[in-house]
Amino acid sequence: MSELDDFYNELIMEHSMNSYHKKQLGSCDFCEKGHNPNCGDEIELQVKLNGNVIEDMAFTGHGCAISQSSTSIMIETLKGKTIQEAKEIIQTFIEMIKREIKDEEKLEKLEDAIAFKNIANMPARVKCALLAWHTMEDLIQQAEKKE
Amino acid sequence: MNIKEDFPLLNNRAISYLDSSATTQKPKQVIEAVQKFYEQSNANPHRGAYELSVEATEIYEETRKKVADFIHAKQAEEIIFTKNASESLNLVAYSYGLENLRQDDEIVISIMEHHSNLVPWQYVSKKTGSQLNYMYINEEFEISEKEWKEKITNKTKIVGITHSSNVLGTINPIKEIIQYAHEKGAIVVVDVSQSIPHMKIDVQDLDADFLVFSGHKMLAPLGIGVLYGKKELLEKMSPFLMGGEMIEYVYEQETTFAPLPQKFEAGTQNVGAVVGLGAAINYLQTVGYDTIQSIEQEVVSYANEQLSKLDYITLYETPNGEHHSSVISFNIQGVHPHDVASILDSEGVCIRSGNHCAQPLMRYLGIDSTCRASFYLYNTKEDVDRLVKALEKAYKMFEKYIKK
Ligand SMILES: Cc1ncc(COP(=O)(O)O)c(C=O)c1O
Ligand SMILES: [Zn+2]
Repeated sequence: MSELDDFYNELIMEHSMNSYHKKQLGSCDFCEKGHNPNCGDEIELQVKLNGNVIEDMAFTGHGCAISQSSTSIMIETLKGKTIQEAKEIIQTFIEMIKREIKDEEKLEKLEDAIAFKNIANMPARVKCALLAWHTMEDLIQQAEKKE
Repeated sequence: MNIKEDFPLLNNRAISYLDSSATTQKPKQVIEAVQKFYEQSNANPHRGAYELSVEATEIYEETRKKVADFIHAKQAEEIIFTKNASESLNLVAYSYGLENLRQDDEIVISIMEHHSNLVPWQYVSKKTGSQLNYMYINEEFEISEKEWKEKITNKTKIVGITHSSNVLGTINPIKEIIQYAHEKGAIVVVDVSQSIPHMKIDVQDLDADFLVFSGHKMLAPLGIGVLYGKKELLEKMSPFLMGGEMIEYVYEQETTFAPLPQKFEAGTQNVGAVVGLGAAINYLQTVGYDTIQSIEQEVVSYANEQLSKLDYITLYETPNGEHHSSVISFNIQGVHPHDVASILDSEGVCIRSGNHCAQPLMRYLGIDSTCRASFYLYNTKEDVDRLVKALEKAYKMFEKYIKK
C-alpha cells in the first residue's frame, strides 16, 4: 500500500500535529462534541456565526492523525461559507468517502479536503476521517433548530 | 520442526502476524479435523437414534473428556461448552453471581480485566446492590500482594481475575490469590484466555472455582469457548440459556432440567468447532508447552531487546521477565496507535491498536490506547525485525511534526 505514504503527507501532518485551528474561540454560538470509541478520537467543534455565515471556527480534542487533520482541514474549508454551502460541502465529502461521486468536478468545492479521497482504501480508518464532518452535521442541525 | 509450515494462512500471505492475543492462526491439523468432521461425521449430537448421530455425540463427548484432561478437571461434567470466554463469564455472572450475591457483599476484580470479566460484574453489582471493588496495579504494572490482600476481605464473595493481561502481558499470581480468597470465603473466577495458549493450566492445582477461555486464542476455530466449574457449584446453579437439549421433562407450566453438563448447553452446539478444539489440544500437546515457551521466550526477549533500543518508544510492561507473557504494549511518543498500526499494515506487519477492550485500565494508565504486538509459537525473530523496521518508518514519517 504505497498510497499510504502519499496519504500521510505534509498537508495531513501539519494539520494533525500543528493545526492553527486547534484552540478555543473567545466566544462561540454553537459547540458540539464528537467521539469515535474505536480509536478514542475526541473532538469539540466551536462555531461563531454572523447571520448565516460561519464567521469563525475552531476545535479542541485529541486522537489519530486522520481524525485531527480531517477536523482541521474541514474548518479551513468551511470558514467563511454560509450554512447552506457548508451543508453541501459536507454532503459532498461524505459521498466522496463512500465513493458515490462520479463527477470529479463536483469535488472541487472540497478544496484541501479532497486529500481524504483515498481513505476508502483504509476501511479501518474511514470513521476517523468522517468524525468531524458528522459532528458538524449535528452542530448545523442544532443551529437550525434554534432559529 | 518448522512450525510455520503447519499454518496455511501464514504461508498464503506474506505478513508478520503479531495479533495472536486477538485470535491465533490455525494449523492445518485443526482445519483438516473440522473438514473431516463435516465430511464424515456431521449430525446433530444427542438427537438421533441412528448411527451417524451417535457417532457425532461420541466425538462431542470425547472432546469434552479431552478438555477435562487437558486442564486436569476431575470430571468431564465440569466442562461446559460455550461460544467464547465472554459467554462463559456471563454464564457465571448470571447463574452464580445474581443468585448468590446480597447487598453489602463485595465483588473484587482487577483493573486489568478484559471488559468481558468486568461489565458482567458491574451488572451483577447493580442488580444485587453489592459493591464492585478493584485491585489496582503498581508502577511495575503488577498487582502487589499488599493490594490483593487489602482488597479481598471477609465481605468478598467473588473474585474475578485474569491469569495473564491481554494488554500488559502481566502474569498474575492466581494460585496465591485463589488460596487467599478461599481463606476469606470467596470463590474465584479465573480468566485464562491469554494464558492457556502458552502455559499448562491445572484447575485442581490452582483450586479454581470457575475458569474460562476461548478456543480461538489457542489454535482452535472461532466460536467455541469453555467454562470449567467445580461440580458442586455448577450443580447448585440455575441454567443460563434455556431451550432444547438442556431439559429433562417439559410440561406446560414447569420444566425439570437435564443434569450437568447439558443443563448449561441449550440448543444445538458448535460441534465442528468442538472437534477443532480437540485437534488444537492435540496439536499443543504434540508440540508441547516446553517447546512453545522456549520459542516464545527467545522471540519475546529479542523483541523486548530491540524495542528497548528505540528511544521514542514507551513500553507498558513489567520489568520482571518471569511475570510477563508474550504480549507487548507500546506507544511511539506523540503518534497515535491507529496511525502506527496503519503504517505497519502497509509494511505487512499486523498489530493491534486501541484500548484492547480494557478501557478502565487505559484510563488508569492515563492513556487512550496502545499499540500491541503479541507473539505465538509460529512467530520468529524475522517478524521482530520487520516490526522494528516498520516502526522506524512510522517514526520517521512523523518525526519532524512531533511536538517535543
Ligand atoms: C483476557 C481476555 N479475556 C476474555 C476475552 C474475551 O474473549 P472472547 O472475545 O473470545 O469472548 C479476551 C479476548 O480478547 C481476553 O483477552
Ligand atoms: Zn482515529
